[in-house]
Amino acid sequence: MKTDREVIIIILNNNNNLRADGRDFNELRPLKIEAGILEKADGSAYLEIGGNKILAAVYGPRELHVRRIMRPDMAVIRCRYNMAPFSVGERKRPGPDRRSVEISKITADALRPAIFLEKFPRSTIDVFIEVLEAEGGTRCAGITAASVALADAGIPMKDLIASCAAGKAEGNVILDLSEEEDKEGEADLPVAIMPRSGNITLLQMDGHMTPEEFENALDLAIEGCQKISAVQKEAIKNRYGEENE
Amino acid sequence: MSSIVPEITRKSITELIKKGERADGRAQYDYRDISLEVGVIEKAEGSARVKIGNTQIVIGIKPQIGEPFSDTYNLGVLMTNSELLPMASPTFEPGPPDERSVEMARVVDRCLREGKVLDLEKLCILEGEKVWMIFLDIHVLDHDGNLIDAAVLGSVAALMNTKIPAVSVEDCKVIVDEENKIPLHINEKPLMCTFAKIDDDLIIDPSLEEENIMGARISVAMREDGSLCAVQKGGEDPLTREEVIKVIKSIYEKTKELREYLP
Repeated sequence: MKTDREVIIIILNNNNNLRADGRDFNELRPLKIEAGILEKADGSAYLEIGGNKILAAVYGPRELHVRRIMRPDMAVIRCRYNMAPFSVGERKRPGPDRRSVEISKITADALRPAIFLEKFPRSTIDVFIEVLEAEGGTRCAGITAASVALADAGIPMKDLIASCAAGKAEGNVILDLSEEEDKEGEADLPVAIMPRSGNITLLQMDGHMTPEEFENALDLAIEGCQKISAVQKEAIKNRYGEENE
Repeated sequence: MSSIVPEITRKSITELIKKGERADGRAQYDYRDISLEVGVIEKAEGSARVKIGNTQIVIGIKPQIGEPFSDTYNLGVLMTNSELLPMASPTFEPGPPDERSVEMARVVDRCLREGKVLDLEKLCILEGEKVWMIFLDIHVLDHDGNLIDAAVLGSVAALMNTKIPAVSVEDCKVIVDEENKIPLHINEKPLMCTFAKIDDDLIIDPSLEEENIMGARISVAMREDGSLCAVQKGGEDPLTREEVIKVIKSIYEKTKELREYLP
């Protein structure tokens, strides 16, 4: 009898210690979002998830000086994702590299479908994402913060884009990979969705997963985005709730 | 690109200052509210967030082991870098640092270097071979005037907050003990105060509104012992000798005030 009981305890322990930081497979890291924290920007947001510290700012809609990319019938959205030199273990050289240029582009692509760009022809909406401290999943955190900043700037939107990654580490499909899980793990799947319609606006993957695992991970990521969406709305309410009453 | 200031704003700010008042209710020689936190970035070996009014800057410090310059083979290196992030102001553009950013980094660098904040000899690991290179990155998040004073205050605080791994040398082998971190040795704490000249009046800690209409600017750095270590004049208008002396004479009190905020 006694040995039976011990076996059960070990199984429970295994389940609980699935991940190094003690999280469950479908659990996000602690998340905090604050809207409207910069003075000069038209809209801004500060986000912490796990060890990530991200600042997003929006300027616009404003005049676009680069005629080459101007659209006569709608606004363009430009993004700049940048990592502070002190945000990572080894100092990062300031300025854009190939990784940050790619992330800037996919961030703009992820946010674009939510914005009523046709309301602002010939103008630009500029989104700046600063990673002050990085701990895995900065691109998703940046997109999540940027959409709160867009809302804070009063830009009309169809939805508040939320973003979150799922992936696979130590053979398990898990939500919201930490830096360690991302490095050691088998796969990473960043996703952004429009929470109201469920439409996917960002999808990337690297690593190895079976089609079944992919499906699980995708569902997990979408579930995570929905949870993040609730925190985003809360942040907007905290900023503007009182003014509405 | 600088902002265009409507004539009516220019007039109202100038007239207020003439009467000894300011648009935000301060006196001529008052700073705005200041807040300073250290250790805000865990991945950085040292860091600080400083706010003067709505101006907000984060400073991060990363040490690296590198080779000394050949003319200072027994000295460590302090590298000061600044980025005026486009998020901080509608007038900041992405891209390589412009002249405002370079000026700021160089003025802060001069202040820290000439102020002898660090003892660079102590950062030498193996003469002529390996030294500590301390990278100090100034990240401007929100620009509402007087970036220089905020950057210097935050930089000194961040350096005071910095811990680097202990190193020892055995037969030309450098052993870095990541587990055992020691604080940087801080020699001196120089701080900088900036005055703006608007018409014929001098005011301290100009807000962005005031910077946009100022004729000239003067920044002066002083160490705790009351010696000057860096001066920079900016802006198009000249300063009179009397004005310069007036600024120099008030620096001791003002840097003392700022020093209270250091950890």
